[in-house]
Amino acid sequence: MAESIAAGRLRLAPPGGVGRLSLAATLAVLEYCALSYRRNWRGTLFMTFLSPVLFLGAMGFGLGSFVNTGATSGAAGASGGGATAAAIGAVGYAAFLAPGLLAATCMQTGAFEATYPIMARLLWTKVYHAMLATPIAVIDVVAGQLGWFAIRLSLVATAYFVVMLGFGLVHGGPVALLVIPIGVLTGLCFAAPIAAFAATQHNDNGFSVIFRFLVTPLFLFSGTFFPIEQLPVFLRPIALITPTYHGVQVTRDLTLGTAQLAPTLLHLAYLLLTVVAGVVACRITFGRALIK
Amino acid sequence: MSTQTEIELGTAGPAHDAPTTATQTPEIGSLIHARGLTKRFGELVAVDAVDFDVAPGEAFGFLGPNGAGKTSTMRMIGCVSPVTGGTLRVLGRDPATDGPQIRARIGVVPQSDTLDMELTVFENLLIYGRYFDLSHKEAGRRADELLEFVQLDERKNDQVEPLSGGMKRRLTIARSLINEPDLLLLDEPTTGLDPQARHLLWDKLYRLKQRGVTLVLTTHYMDEAEQLCDRLVVMDKAKIVAEGSPRELIEQYSTREVLELRFRPDVQDSLDGKLEGLADRVERLPDRVLLYTSDGEAASAEAHRRGIEIESALVRRSTLEDVFLRLTGRSLIE
Repeated sequence: MAESIAAGRLRLAPPGGVGRLSLAATLAVLEYCALSYRRNWRGTLFMTFLSPVLFLGAMGFGLGSFVNTGATSGAAGASGGGATAAAIGAVGYAAFLAPGLLAATCMQTGAFEATYPIMARLLWTKVYHAMLATPIAVIDVVAGQLGWFAIRLSLVATAYFVVMLGFGLVHGGPVALLVIPIGVLTGLCFAAPIAAFAATQHNDNGFSVIFRFLVTPLFLFSGTFFPIEQLPVFLRPIALITPTYHGVQVTRDLTLGTAQLAPTLLHLAYLLLTVVAGVVACRITFGRALIK
Repeated sequence: MSTQTEIELGTAGPAHDAPTTATQTPEIGSLIHARGLTKRFGELVAVDAVDFDVAPGEAFGFLGPNGAGKTSTMRMIGCVSPVTGGTLRVLGRDPATDGPQIRARIGVVPQSDTLDMELTVFENLLIYGRYFDLSHKEAGRRADELLEFVQLDERKNDQVEPLSGGMKRRLTIARSLINEPDLLLLDEPTTGLDPQARHLLWDKLYRLKQRGVTLVLTTHYMDEAEQLCDRLVVMDKAKIVAEGSPRELIEQYSTREVLELRFRPDVQDSLDGKLEGLADRVERLPDRVLLYTSDGEAASAEAHRRGIEIESALVRRSTLEDVFLRLTGRSLIE
């Protein structure tokens, strides 16, 4: 039976090194991740299900009641940033914020899952090494692990979406359901490259740098809480090249019902490209870490 | 087989054309076939052009001090370390192209346990069976069977973390057997275990051998090698310096018996020449003198006859340890 894994390999990659992708092997890695998650899922409940409710309650409705008054008067005065403020004013701050939080939380989850858990499996418990003593190849480890990230992220995005529905913050019709796969993509934009980075590290010092100087600023300044037009001019281009901005923007367009085909496709293409680059990076660094 | 080619210690591995060992293994049908096998990490040569063959059903050992290249060789056989040079065939296949196919048929017990502490004993085996594409039912059936075999069936649903070192090792061995491998690779299987745990493990490995599983193990325990190995190679500084059965190695590199003499310190210092001719080889250690001879009692009697003041005399049979120390030296290499 194990031979079937070997024989069923697709010829997607040249032989040797990281090996050819096998569906059965990838699913086995995915199954491991699920089994492992079953031991830890309680700890993730807060982040996944409670934080959307709390964040939306406090920021969306609490802070939002202030913002909504300000935005309305700002629109009336037609002063700086008036147009976007008007846009917020029209739907209410909660409806503006919720999709931003969905995308940004996916980013946060993806980034976190790709740091310590990956380092643990590579360096501390050596779970991946154990896998490589079986027909599983490096490419299967990468595919299975990233596949599991996608499942985890879809849970996060779905939880947010359901809470948004409950608060009546989804205006886009059935097409708004697309925010779930987009949340997954946004999370993977961080999970894949950060996992690739984690595979090059020998200790966890680098992770605090990632959270302090990448994840936290992006959470705050990528259009999640306010439009990037409010940023100082020199910071706007930086916000534009972050996957978070694109994830937030397309999620917001979809739940506000303002999505247009061309910008949506552009945002999507940007997210996809980042994920692909991250997957390629994972293949290289996981290979170097596991095959010596 | 009376070839008594003396190997220049530390300089030459077995030459390609000259038989340097008493045992010749058939190359055809060998499970592992290595010629000029080399592994380099940058400048460092971890394995330097070694030749060896492992026949089906035998227990083959790599003996050597730390850093001799044993683990690097094992990792190449296990297809997780690309070969730098030479030829390696495992189960008749090339690890460079057929890694997954080869790994499907081998079991690996790594030097340090890679068990999953988050999972139970049973789950560790179950998920490992899934890596080999076994159905849940089949993986579960084999897991139960193997837990019984390694006497862990009562700990089936326990977490792995609190298990003793010996239990974890047994679980790792059970895990390595989940795919019913033709070839089992064991990297220092009993290092760090207490004597009871080691003997229990040896018993399990002996049973596997009886069932026809080919064992390849590394160790720096001589008793382990003598207990388990039909044939072994001694590695030192990345090369193979000797090959044969434990018996053959003792015959070739040591004598039948060893006479261990202890003296008062001042006597040992003034022994010059007095032990001449008593034995085939005399080795002076700080606290005692070893005389390698075919007849320890006779040598002891002769020493007494020469009037040497001996504090204590012990005659023992030569062991692999004598061979090992002769081949790899007594000084600590780090």
